Amino acid sequence: MYAFNYHRPSSIAEAVKLLKASSDGRCLAGGMSLIPTMKHRLASAADLIDLNGIRELAFIRREGDALVIGALARHVEIADSADVKKSIPALAALAASVGDPQVRNRGTFCGSLCFADPAADCPAGLVGLNGTVITDKRRIAADKFFNGLYETTLEKGEIVTGVSFPIPEKAGWAKFANLASRFAIAAVMVAKTGGGVRVAVTGAKASVFRVPEMEAALAKNFSAAALDGIKISPDGMNNDLHGDPDYRAHLVSVMAKRAVQAATA
Amino acid sequence: MANAKISLTINGRAVSAEVDTRTLLVHFIREHVKLTGTHVGCDTTQCGACTVHVNGTRIKSCTMFACQLEGAQVTTIEGLAKGKQLHPMQEAFREHHGLQCGYCTPGMVMSAIGIAERYKGKALTEDIVRHELEGNLCRCTGYHNIVRAVIAGAKAMSAG
Repeated sequence: MYAFNYHRPSSIAEAVKLLKASSDGRCLAGGMSLIPTMKHRLASAADLIDLNGIRELAFIRREGDALVIGALARHVEIADSADVKKSIPALAALAASVGDPQVRNRGTFCGSLCFADPAADCPAGLVGLNGTVITDKRRIAADKFFNGLYETTLEKGEIVTGVSFPIPEKAGWAKFANLASRFAIAAVMVAKTGGGVRVAVTGAKASVFRVPEMEAALAKNFSAAALDGIKISPDGMNNDLHGDPDYRAHLVSVMAKRAVQAATA
Repeated sequence: MANAKISLTINGRAVSAEVDTRTLLVHFIREHVKLTGTHVGCDTTQCGACTVHVNGTRIKSCTMFACQLEGAQVTTIEGLAKGKQLHPMQEAFREHHGLQCGYCTPGMVMSAIGIAERYKGKALTEDIVRHELEGNLCRCTGYHNIVRAVIAGAKAMSAG
């Protein structure tokens, strides 16, 4: 691992100041992606800014018509939260499917968004549920947050403080996990809201993506049968030892149907 | 190289040290505090052999920096027995032979206690235990007896 200076601020303002002052600073929340990557020297930071001392980031709450999750909310807390289970059970199901119990005890939803791993679950949750990323200075719509493999549109010195979700009429989560890593080979979040239907896929391409043909079919008829006959192109799908593009394209259809079934169960 | 000063409690004992910021908690426990019951079985946060409790929560000690642990309460496998009297979960692993080579066992036991505490007062089924053990790998594949041990140990913990 490359050397780094460690900082533990106790407020968002202090964290922003530290991040801006560093030539190469990174924020640490749960660390379940960042630390293993640093161990392998695939990531490094001159300054590591540990957000775990900022208690105001550790919350899950309903705010009017929205569910808001702070940057320090752990996966286990989201999976167990009565507010989440009541308002967006599919989000609780997603959180319960991340990694393993020890990883869920540390890892955070917002940290996973910032890391933007192509096989992570949380990006599909953000995009499928049409969430909004809240930073120290602005709000970023789900469709504007990811920028390809491991890339986001966050600016230098910007810190994600939470994520806000509108409450959908129905939503469902289905995941086909790699049994060793528990990352998604393909996973789908489907949501039906007043503003339409959204289908977001993770694990299958370099970054999370939506499937407009499925969204249009489900807008007319929100049932798994509505997806029959919609062929997903293998173009641009990941090709690795876990599955080739044809396999993944097929898996996206299967997972999308299961997600709709979960939403309508 | 950058250092950090930390003071924490491990198995009830106060520990203070100055460590390289890169020092992982598992290496701090093994190499600085010389408690070698906590094991390292992989370098990818998958195997769970390094599982310890931090402030009462089971975590993988290979995926936290020691410098993050200022003021924390850490429990390792060595902190469970009272003298010669094994913790009920350790006793259940012994009774049900919940181990083969034993390498994964410290992490399994720490996870098992986490499971028992999480499901305290609820029925602990084999399905739940197998699901909750997803973060601990046994490469001897001795899961059958491990699962039996976890269920028996959880029962003994709630009775005790």
